[in-house]
Amino acid sequence: MNPAEAPTAAVPSKGTLRVVQLYPRDMNIYGDWGNALVLQRRIAWHGYTPELLEYNVGDPFPDGVDIIVGGGGQDSGQLIIQDDLQARAGQLKELAEDGAPMLVICGLYQLFGKFFKTRTGAVIPGIGILDVETHGTDERLIGNVKVSTTEFGEVLGYENHSGQTTLGSGVRPLGTVAKGTGNNSNDGHEGARFRNIVASYLHGSLLPKNPAIADFLIRTAAERKFGSFSPGAPDDAYAVLAREHAARRPR
Amino acid sequence: MVFYSVPLGKLVRRVSRLRGGGSALPGLVVEKIDPGFMRRTLATLPHGVAVVSGTNGKTTTTKMVVELLESQGLRVFTNRTGSNFTRGVAAALLGEVDWRGRLDADIAVLELDEAHAVHFVNSVPPKYCLLLNVLRDQLDRFGEIDKTAQLLQHIAAKTTGTVVLNREDPRVARIADTLTGQEVKYFGLDDSLLGTFPNDDDMRAAPGSPAPAGLPEKPAADVVLRKVGADSAEFEYDGGTVTTAMKLRGVYNIFNAAAAMTLARSICGAGAATADHATLLEALSKVAPAFGRGESLTVDGQPLDLVLVKNPSGFRLGLKSFPAGGYATMIAINDNYADGRDMSWLWDVEFDSLREGGVDALTGSRAYDMALRLQYDQVPVGAVETDIPAALAAFIREGRGKPKRIFCTYTAMLAIRRELAKITTVEVVS
Repeated sequence: MNPAEAPTAAVPSKGTLRVVQLYPRDMNIYGDWGNALVLQRRIAWHGYTPELLEYNVGDPFPDGVDIIVGGGGQDSGQLIIQDDLQARAGQLKELAEDGAPMLVICGLYQLFGKFFKTRTGAVIPGIGILDVETHGTDERLIGNVKVSTTEFGEVLGYENHSGQTTLGSGVRPLGTVAKGTGNNSNDGHEGARFRNIVASYLHGSLLPKNPAIADFLIRTAAERKFGSFSPGAPDDAYAVLAREHAARRPR
Repeated sequence: MVFYSVPLGKLVRRVSRLRGGGSALPGLVVEKIDPGFMRRTLATLPHGVAVVSGTNGKTTTTKMVVELLESQGLRVFTNRTGSNFTRGVAAALLGEVDWRGRLDADIAVLELDEAHAVHFVNSVPPKYCLLLNVLRDQLDRFGEIDKTAQLLQHIAAKTTGTVVLNREDPRVARIADTLTGQEVKYFGLDDSLLGTFPNDDDMRAAPGSPAPAGLPEKPAADVVLRKVGADSAEFEYDGGTVTTAMKLRGVYNIFNAAAAMTLARSICGAGAATADHATLLEALSKVAPAFGRGESLTVDGQPLDLVLVKNPSGFRLGLKSFPAGGYATMIAINDNYADGRDMSWLWDVEFDSLREGGVDALTGSRAYDMALRLQYDQVPVGAVETDIPAALAAFIREGRGKPKRIFCTYTAMLAIRRELAKITTVEVVS
């Protein structure tokens, strides 16, 4: 039988975890929904009750946020959300400093940084939660990526970006690229880590094939909210096999 | 040099066919030794060139336009091989010209990949273009969807006569605002059918979330698809509505019939022929899908449908157009260059409609990515086998007595057709 069984109603929930997708309408270009879906399902598989909310431009900001997930967008999407994101900078920073787990991919990774300077020299301000800066280039970095990390083992995904990001001293890289390019074409680093924020250029989507990162976000959220986390036993047989096959595919 | 290019190119074409080789090599040869060959030859056509481009549906739409025009007595040159790069056009031309390089046709209708169409129109400005849609596909090749829209805009700008646009795709419809000299015509969809064409922008908006800021009122369309029946469709044009039988399946194929009708009417209207609507509709009702686009084969006395899926909107339309009930289902996902290496798109398709019956078999180089995707949509999965011939043999053996359907990416479809050709009749595509 399929491992993807919903938890039975007879088992009492260990509590509710509220996941907020940031700007899914404008920042969702490369399967970012996959990350939200994985959190929703795995929270249930660990015995908790997931609550998945969307936050789009102009919406009231939800209370009681346990996990934030944000994705990539086209240049046009980044322009649409820019002012709203600046208006929410204070709340997001407070959540970040308080240890709320967050996953930001590609476009929102860049905008969680200090700024994005385009090729023509225009500067799009970020919200400065992450000590990183991004510079637009003519070169598009595209292809399969393998990253070695100490926290999550080997991380697999796919990159597609022309902005190149450099890390400041306030953050550490998510890992070192074993295949692909990552943050920029110079230092071999990919992604950024700060408090409980995981920032990365990798989609693919990231979380389905990297359940260790998904479970880190869920565990951190449960510990922050309930003081402890008691895991369930998700069946990761397909994830293991999908990782094995993906790792062998060409760049 | 130019003198010998056609005979030489034709010779290369014969030799490469004998070797069973690719269709574009002779085109490459003639392009190298005689770069003006294509432009010179196409310039002799009395009614010029029509280019069909867009993300989805190019092959079937081009086939329809050709058959519609032929029904009006026109001699049409087209790149039927599906080799939709400039080189493929040159190769197709070589097959059609006589040994002195003359093309016996009234008009050319060419299917061109967005990026290659840009090179083509710079060299051969078309008289007509038909722009179907801009959807998320092969972003690893084109970067961003807005960039793809710019490619289509360039094709429209280089067109000298009529530009036919999809009224329902905002990125395509907006191209009209950038044009100055060209005549613009639209094909459109009844409001009641809009819901079956989710675009990439509202893909993830939750039900009830506010619509993006007010769209301007839609322009009138030359041909509107009003209704789709089981094997019929209702079109509106010239102020009246007609119902016609359709061999094509899938609402997206039939919407492309409205596109093809609009282009064919424009070409006839410009003096190429007098449009006879009875014969146009008859031709439309007979159009069969291009290979792999809803193609139905027979295996063990049961139908086996091949549905090509190559991007999220195409996959969602495929699932919607071909309900799962009563069918054994297989999904074949490859990630070769022609399929796109990036698997993210699978996460932008909802597979709920397969939950009840489950999926019998998964195959292709990314079979396990697909299994993982289905696990998260709580769809039961049968066999997972990355080797396509083995998976297909087992799928046919175990699904004996049941109609079958295979959703497959491009190179997976080629592999499946190759295997099926050993046990059933598969149309040979030259």
